[in-house]
Amino acid sequence: MDNELLEPFDRMLADAVPPEAVRRVDAGGDASAIWAAVAQSGFLDALVSEEAGGFGLSLAEIEPLLRALGSRTVPVPVAETMVARALLATAGVERPDGPIVLATAARTESGWATAAVPLAGVAAHALVELGEGAAVLVDLDGDVVEATGVHGSRGGILRLPAEPTARARISVEEGALRAAAATLRAAAIAGAGDRLLDMTAAYANERVQFGKPIGRQQAIQQQLAVMAEHAIAARIAAQYGCARGLPVPQRAAAIAKTVASQAATPLATIAHAVHGAIGISEEYDLQLFTRRLHEWRLADGSEGYWAGLLGAARVKSNAETSIGFVRGAA
Amino acid sequence: MFESFQLSQLPDEDEALRGTVRDLCSEVTRSFPPEVRARSWSGFDAAFSRRLGAAGLLGLTLPKKYGGQERGPFARFVILEELLACGAPVAAHWIADRQSAPQILHFGTEAQREAHIPAICRGEKYYCIGMSEPGSGSDLASVRTRAERTADGWLLNGQKIWTTNAHHDDYMIALVRTSGSAADRQAGLSQFLVDLHAPGVTVRPIVDLAGDAHFAEVFFENVALGEDALVGKEGEGWAQCTAELAFERSGPERIYTSIVLLDAWIAHLRGAGRLDEGQERQVGALMARLAVLREMSIAVTTRLAAGEQPVVEASIVKDFGTSFEQDIPALIADDLGSRPDEPVAPELLRTLHYVTQVAPSFSLRGGTREILRGIIARGLGLR
Repeated sequence: MDNELLEPFDRMLADAVPPEAVRRVDAGGDASAIWAAVAQSGFLDALVSEEAGGFGLSLAEIEPLLRALGSRTVPVPVAETMVARALLATAGVERPDGPIVLATAARTESGWATAAVPLAGVAAHALVELGEGAAVLVDLDGDVVEATGVHGSRGGILRLPAEPTARARISVEEGALRAAAATLRAAAIAGAGDRLLDMTAAYANERVQFGKPIGRQQAIQQQLAVMAEHAIAARIAAQYGCARGLPVPQRAAAIAKTVASQAATPLATIAHAVHGAIGISEEYDLQLFTRRLHEWRLADGSEGYWAGLLGAARVKSNAETSIGFVRGAA
Repeated sequence: MFESFQLSQLPDEDEALRGTVRDLCSEVTRSFPPEVRARSWSGFDAAFSRRLGAAGLLGLTLPKKYGGQERGPFARFVILEELLACGAPVAAHWIADRQSAPQILHFGTEAQREAHIPAICRGEKYYCIGMSEPGSGSDLASVRTRAERTADGWLLNGQKIWTTNAHHDDYMIALVRTSGSAADRQAGLSQFLVDLHAPGVTVRPIVDLAGDAHFAEVFFENVALGEDALVGKEGEGWAQCTAELAFERSGPERIYTSIVLLDAWIAHLRGAGRLDEGQERQVGALMARLAVLREMSIAVTTRLAAGEQPVVEASIVKDFGTSFEQDIPALIADDLGSRPDEPVAPELLRTLHYVTQVAPSFSLRGGTREILRGIIARGLGLR
């Protein structure tokens, strides 16, 4: 992946999604202008094969774009739509124009329900895995999406009847949608983490207390070093998750999301600790990132969920050593 | 920031070395209990080092002209990874292969290269690094050991301490003062190759809290050094030392020190036939960190292979890696202790307590956690 893709993509995001636009959507505003700009750029079909009219890129090739989405706190489901469109194209299904979220539902007494899905409130459709390798493309309306009501979040729980009305049904590998979504989330965490690290280091160099920039205090330096370690770990984890393309192998997703989710809390915590009170205020941009980090940590399985799968696989595996296990993990 | 940190891959031709190393290792370590294997890069076994040398598994990054393999950092990574995975006793050649030989290659004279590197590649000569002194730990520039000019060389006086394996080794590459005083800080320091069997050198092993003697104190009393003992340029010792750090801090030994214990615990969980959700999460969280740390170490190896000196990146790997190594015994101790009615094999207890006892050293040796974080902070543009 080179800058030929990333630069125009990031420039498009910088123009279409300034922090004030993010704030408007977070507050419940309309996201259609942002979506129109992204759709017009053509990037939504980055993962769609060239025969089907896309760019024919791999997940590894667009990984820097996935991080850019996190670093710009883009309040529409661009990465999710890219993956959904690739899956729909592969299945020979017509691709709708609107934003699509990815979800995995479990059975309830009356039908199906999901955990909180980030950006469900701004999406037009959802590609929902219903188990046993079946996924349905459904339209999202007030009957399907129950907003979580978390301040500043457009996330929602999706509820579907036992036999949902679907635009299309496709078959996927079991667990494929959660693995893909978790990997996209890991990349978003990495992108936001990188940006937070830049912001926090810059602030530590500017903010003067006791007659010198606080960045000269060893206590602050040590915290920023830890933050840098988590930011790098999240980046490498995201790249690891994307390296083998779609479908994302379960263990690759598990490694990526476990480490990225583990990083989310210290990244947010240290960023706030260094910024002090200003970082808690609405008008300062820090909150756009840290609120999302916490939401993304939970989404599509937290570190505990994925670590549980990975640990069970390790104990059951024939690998003689743990190094052998992680070498063959994906 | 740190954009050079990118996922990379070990080349296939280097991956192909694994089988050879693994066979040799398992032959030697098969009969070792885990508490012996857990010592791995503290385990001194000259015969094993010579076998590795004979098998062409040392000097991977060094030129063939001096007995090396000219394979590069990736091949070295693969071999180290296999050695550590099985807990092979690699201490004898470890520092010579990792640091001393590259140091002599880059800064030494032709005569020094010929005198030292081939023997290192054969696993026959062993080296240590003389940095710390009683008054100089993290503040390395304050070293007081001094070499004074004489008519035909240098006269060395002073003391080094906490020198790993000095009592088993043939040579020390020592950082000493050749001009000015401690107030001159990094200026006026030079590196010397000191024959540890020379008159005036006294080496005393220091017993550690686990009952081992892996480090030593070394006294120099009017030790006569020839002109040919100086490594590199007089007064350039600090810069030469700094150049070593990326080699020292990013390798698999900063990730895998507790790996034998981890695998022994997993074997215990299997044997006990229990695995509740909590244990699955603990094992899995460690696997995920291990996988990502390994990729981080490979990413830095890629920078080394490109001829760079990724000192800040290596510090990130070491600090993150040693935290992982230290978390392992703490977590396992709690797990085993949380089941007081479940029998635990004494060899697992011995392994656990050995690793627990020495774990503080993981973030002391090779640069303390606090010093590394200071280096990372500078890399972030602070100060």
